[in-house]
Amino acid sequence: MTRPAWLAQLWTLAPVLAALLLTSLLLVAFGASPAEAFSAMWQGAFGSQDRLLTTVAFWIPLLLSALGLLVSFRAGLWNIGIEGQFILGAIGASWVALSLQLPAPLQISLEVLAAMAAGALWAALAGLLKRWGVHEIFGGLALNNLAVILTNFMISGPWQPPEGGSFRGTAPFHADALLPLVGSTRFSLVALALAGLAFGLVLLALRNSRWGLRLKALGRNPRSARLLGVSSRRETLLAMAFCGALAGLGGALRVLSWFDSLRQSISGGIGYLALMVVILAAFRLFWTPLVAFFFASVLSGSIVLQLRTQLHSSLGDILTGVMVLLVLLFGNREVLQTWWSEVRSARRTPGRQS
Amino acid sequence: MRVELDKISKSFGPVQANRGISLTFEAGRIYGLLGENGAGKSTLMKILSGYQTPDSGRILLDAVPQQFRSPLDALAAGIGMLYQDPLDVPPFTVLENYLLGQPGGLAIPRRTAADQLRQLGQHYGFDVHPHERIEDLSLGERQQLELLRLLSGGAQLLILDEPTTGISAEQKSVLFNSLRDLARKERKTLILVSHKLEEVQDLCDQAIVLRQGDYVGGAKLPCPSRKLVNLMFAELPRRAPRPRPVAGTPQLELRDLVVRTPRLALQPVDLSLHAGEVLGLAGLEGNGQELLLRACAGLLPLAGGELRLAGQRQPRLDYLAARKLGLHYLAAGRLEEGLVSGMTLAEHMALVSQNGLFVDRAASRAQTRRQIKQYQIVARPGSRVEELSGGNQQRVLFGLLPDDAQLILAEHPTRGLDLRSSDWIWQQLDLRRREGAAILFLSADLDELLERSDRIAVFSGGRMSRLLDARQTSLNELGHLIGGGA
Repeated sequence: MTRPAWLAQLWTLAPVLAALLLTSLLLVAFGASPAEAFSAMWQGAFGSQDRLLTTVAFWIPLLLSALGLLVSFRAGLWNIGIEGQFILGAIGASWVALSLQLPAPLQISLEVLAAMAAGALWAALAGLLKRWGVHEIFGGLALNNLAVILTNFMISGPWQPPEGGSFRGTAPFHADALLPLVGSTRFSLVALALAGLAFGLVLLALRNSRWGLRLKALGRNPRSARLLGVSSRRETLLAMAFCGALAGLGGALRVLSWFDSLRQSISGGIGYLALMVVILAAFRLFWTPLVAFFFASVLSGSIVLQLRTQLHSSLGDILTGVMVLLVLLFGNREVLQTWWSEVRSARRTPGRQS
Repeated sequence: MRVELDKISKSFGPVQANRGISLTFEAGRIYGLLGENGAGKSTLMKILSGYQTPDSGRILLDAVPQQFRSPLDALAAGIGMLYQDPLDVPPFTVLENYLLGQPGGLAIPRRTAADQLRQLGQHYGFDVHPHERIEDLSLGERQQLELLRLLSGGAQLLILDEPTTGISAEQKSVLFNSLRDLARKERKTLILVSHKLEEVQDLCDQAIVLRQGDYVGGAKLPCPSRKLVNLMFAELPRRAPRPRPVAGTPQLELRDLVVRTPRLALQPVDLSLHAGEVLGLAGLEGNGQELLLRACAGLLPLAGGELRLAGQRQPRLDYLAARKLGLHYLAAGRLEEGLVSGMTLAEHMALVSQNGLFVDRAASRAQTRRQIKQYQIVARPGSRVEELSGGNQQRVLFGLLPDDAQLILAEHPTRGLDLRSSDWIWQQLDLRRREGAAILFLSADLDELLERSDRIAVFSGGRMSRLLDARQTSLNELGHLIGGGA
């Protein structure tokens, strides 16, 4: 019954392939050529150095959010509120960017810290609500809406650009407030370094820290964890805040490198996307950057797809959505294996009763 | 309808839950099914009600062999089971819930059904309001509805699993009156599964006693409760008494302690437990001893009274704070409450015994190896706890107890363990006791209670008896108190 380990690892790719197949069928049904579509997507994501760097720039905030989710999922928490935490991070960074004028290194450090604090706070709020009986999914969804409302309020109120102004965003931040970019892309080496740092931190927390062990116990069996001396209140808050801080950092990078100001729909759903990434990666740390990169490639590739072919860029969303559905349907190896062993044992002992 | 069980056997892995049980249930009679936990009562009733299939044996209704694939099958054949937690849908109205169980097409004749339901209720003496919501009803009222649903579904034999747990005395008398009517007037067969001997004596015509999967005898009721208790608990020869321990300082003091749950309210308890002492709590499950044990550990809130740990008053005790004071709780369900499936032994050890930011894997492995040796656990440091046998899991839990535990509270410390493991567990507890720990435990095994405790308290219906000296008391006295005697 036990498959070889490499097969278990590669099993992750099965729903990806199935999703590609299904999307191809969809394309054929609409009279388009799958080969042409996918090649346009490939070109869009990796066609030139600039495109590759753009894909990477999109990947970084997504990866940061997904890394945060690995921690909250470890504690058994469904942190749907990550979208709001991401947005609050963007707001926190914008606040520092718009209100201070310091030398670039100091300015950017403060922006990043403010963003992480704002994200952590928003997440801790969901954690507190959970303590008072509001499930983190519902608390998180409510806080997501509040975060969007807060963004719209800030850009149409206090942070409205002076001349005329629009409802679409703040005025661009001053140059020292923005991350240094590579060439004409939106890619920043500072952002990449921060993502690497975050990966190391999460690796350390989950694999080597006693905190990670406490979260594991809590996530797997809260009742046993309590008897083993784990405080679910404390660890829930900490796990949420940790996740919120990383999401907030993602939000900061979004305003400080992808854009240059706080905009409407600043996140573009990256928080929700990160949830899908982590589920597709089956909560495994080393698969998470790969899956996130795959998502980033598909989405940045589908923008070019629309320009090259007559197909709409939402094909990328369809592809990733179908993939996650397939993962949820078939991706759970344990369920599949129990089902399979039941089928086999039923075959071995046909109906004992007459 | 005459119901026969013919040599019913069922096992779960190595555990034989029912061993060739043959019984006959006649129409118009009320049976009381008795036995301690793990005697096989619920398995037998689940088989009879179609919830589980037997490994071997037959069920005959009026001499016709039956095959139940589901509870629905069984109800169609006339067997209905009333579970302890009613199988209803709380947000529904009474009528909606009733209709859910009725056969019928898409169009639901609400008005006729409401009338039907009211008449049915009147017939059996229940006050039914079809448009009330289930969630606004008491447990007793929900039970009445469930009973009506089963009866309208054509049940001839009704199984009632602990039907009086959590309902008021008044509802109980209504329930018992209608059950008597069902048997006498409508010739239904009733089986009452209960831990409360008085109720069985009060209501039933005949007692059936199971012990460790076997049918061990029956009795026409009423009969002396002692006789039933003797059947339920195997009598073993008493072993030599241990020397009286030297009692130290008080570790746990309770004054007028009150605990309330929706199912049961614990009458005020006064108790003190000293260092080096072992106190056993006896009683059939659900009579209050679990509540007391959990409340002492801060796992249940106190509704009143005073609790002191090592002389310190604890108005708002919480288990995590209690742990820091040296109190440790060992729950009965080892994988449900105690160990974490998916985590290794070494991870458990690191979780409870290390300080600092990072896990010292080498140290936790070494420490786990030492515990494995000392506690004779059949496992490796990297084994996941769910791969271990029950006895080994219990040993792991003991290995996780810190050396400075002052007060150990244990639910069924040897439940499900073989003789050797049980004996070993008690050697460990004795060792702790000699080092000055106080031990409070509950058990369904009277022999264990008599042999291992210094003093014993017996619980019946939420009331604690006077404290008995384990050397002076007897199985008979315990049985008498368990049955609700004074």
